[in-house]
Amino acid sequence: MPKPFSPKVVTANALIEGDVVYQTAAGWTRVLAEAEILTDEADAEIRLIDASQQHDSIVGAYLADVDTAAGIPAPTHFREAFRANGPSNYAHGKQERL
Amino acid sequence: MYNYTEFDADFLATRNAQFRQQVARRIDGSLTEDEFKPLRLMNGLYLQLHAYMLRVAIPYGTLNSAQMRKLADIAERWDKGYGHFTTRQNIQYNWPELRDVPDMLDALAEVNLHAIQTSGNTIRNVTADHFAGAAADEVADPRPVAELIRQWSTDHPEFQFLPRKFKIAVSGSAHDRAVLKAHDIGLRIVARDGQHGFEVIVGGGLGRTPMIGKVLYDFVAYDDLLPTLEAIVSVYNLLGRRDNKYKARIKITVHEHGIENIRARVDARYELIRPHFTGVDQAMLERIRADFAAPAFKTADLAPYKSALQHYPAFRSWADTNLAEHRVPEYAIVTISLKAHGATPGDATADQMRLMAGLAARYGHDELRISHEQNVILPHVHKSDLPSVYSALHAAGLGTANVGLISDIIACPGMDYCALATARSIPIAQEIATRFDELKLEHDIGPLKIKISGCINACGHHHVGHIGILGLDRAGVENYQITLGGDGTEDAQIGERAGPGFAAEDIVPAIERIVLAYLDLRTYSAETFLQAYRRLGLAPFKAALYPEAKADAA
Repeated sequence: MPKPFSPKVVTANALIEGDVVYQTAAGWTRVLAEAEILTDEADAEIRLIDASQQHDSIVGAYLADVDTAAGIPAPTHFREAFRANGPSNYAHGKQERL
Repeated sequence: MYNYTEFDADFLATRNAQFRQQVARRIDGSLTEDEFKPLRLMNGLYLQLHAYMLRVAIPYGTLNSAQMRKLADIAERWDKGYGHFTTRQNIQYNWPELRDVPDMLDALAEVNLHAIQTSGNTIRNVTADHFAGAAADEVADPRPVAELIRQWSTDHPEFQFLPRKFKIAVSGSAHDRAVLKAHDIGLRIVARDGQHGFEVIVGGGLGRTPMIGKVLYDFVAYDDLLPTLEAIVSVYNLLGRRDNKYKARIKITVHEHGIENIRARVDARYELIRPHFTGVDQAMLERIRADFAAPAFKTADLAPYKSALQHYPAFRSWADTNLAEHRVPEYAIVTISLKAHGATPGDATADQMRLMAGLAARYGHDELRISHEQNVILPHVHKSDLPSVYSALHAAGLGTANVGLISDIIACPGMDYCALATARSIPIAQEIATRFDELKLEHDIGPLKIKISGCINACGHHHVGHIGILGLDRAGVENYQITLGGDGTEDAQIGERAGPGFAAEDIVPAIERIVLAYLDLRTYSAETFLQAYRRLGLAPFKAALYPEAKADAA
């Protein structure tokens, strides 16, 4: 039996600031909780291709696993948790605005 | 300090103007990221986890006060008010925006600094002994030749697309403070029959497959150095494995072909190219040497220094750990610790950079150095000025007396910043330093080097740490492996893996068990951790590290 597809979001870095961004239905957000959750594999591939073509606004798009138990996307891996918040030695990056 | 010629200044201005246009074309969409990436990497610009990162070269770790002040201004104007000094004597800015980078590079050019060849498969920033020109045990100052190598390697047309990156380090002392044997090429100035020349070591490196460098030649004369280097890199350029990134460094080339085979190939190449080196390089070296003339050392009454040692215990403690012997007896080499307990190793705020620049200008013949151990050096301070220097440092949070001790930890940026990292390094360093400060054991423990890398690439030099820590991702959880007995000096040694790794919350107690075991095992208080390890081997430390295994066996 094929492995069930785990929910994902499309994530990348913003071209100018380098800040982590997530794809929404309408464009991009800087906040993981606002990202569009992709639950269908074929749909996720198409959304990733769409994101990868946006050379003028983002860099390095890829699919990241998310946990959707709370109804909003949350990181499943610690690397994505750091990307969603910022470094642990200073309150810099996204956590400055949280 | 090397002074840029008109040629140097023009070269840099042209290069910066080119990059400004490349950035503009990226922002307006005419260049894709695939097209732009090699261009930005050539200019030291990475894209990391949260932001871009600009890596600025500090050639052979030498700065003057104007350059340090400029680094502070850049940190404040275009970053978040601090910079991170690295294990290649560079500085990294963690938060620049793409549109600002051309302005940052222009600002750097105002003080003869740049970010060229701080990335990519080229010859990287040439590093040197951070005590160069000051150390009591030095045969000759390695910086003039390091500068010659910088000029030779910058934009060298044959070496812009090597199989992999290429790192050269130079030292002028028998005691190796530049980790020569962990470099692609390590050069040590030696004297033979009254003549100076170079011991040439090749094929060292850390990373995935750590190797100790091997001696290729035990003596190369000054005028043969550049043709020899060119022959080595040329042989590597053809022979190095381009089919496999993990086997592409010269250490693998030397390992696979053997040192004799490599020597024969280098000899043959040398014969071919030697006639093209007509001595122009030696004339250039003469001019460079004049720029590195020793400062006009002063003499003064040493009474204030002696009195401070006697009456001021905090100064005494700092002097014991943070000073090194200068070749002029009235002078000392000051190491400023960027390792305050609980702080991020290698970070300095803009204000701290300005303070250090001011001290260098006032008391240090305008010289500063960055060490690969992520500290800042004032190489020439008259002993009578040391109490004033210490007071100013202490007031700015820079007076930590821990150089060479357990809290003087090398740590790479790890997963807090780096896109390649598999685990964090910085918080582990912070916790170890804080813990041993609480225990008040640091000075009793004595010399002990802990080095932490957040991935197998080993930017934190963990293989040559007396205690090395490597952070990995084990099934989605941070896990830390310990190696013991590593050494980055002239007696270079790769550390031995102690056993299974530890979770993040268990790594500090694990380090504590090793260190407490050492305190029990040493036969006299001056026996260092490394000496005890060499005497006893891994077994007793392993027993302390994994007490449950010992209990199971009993």
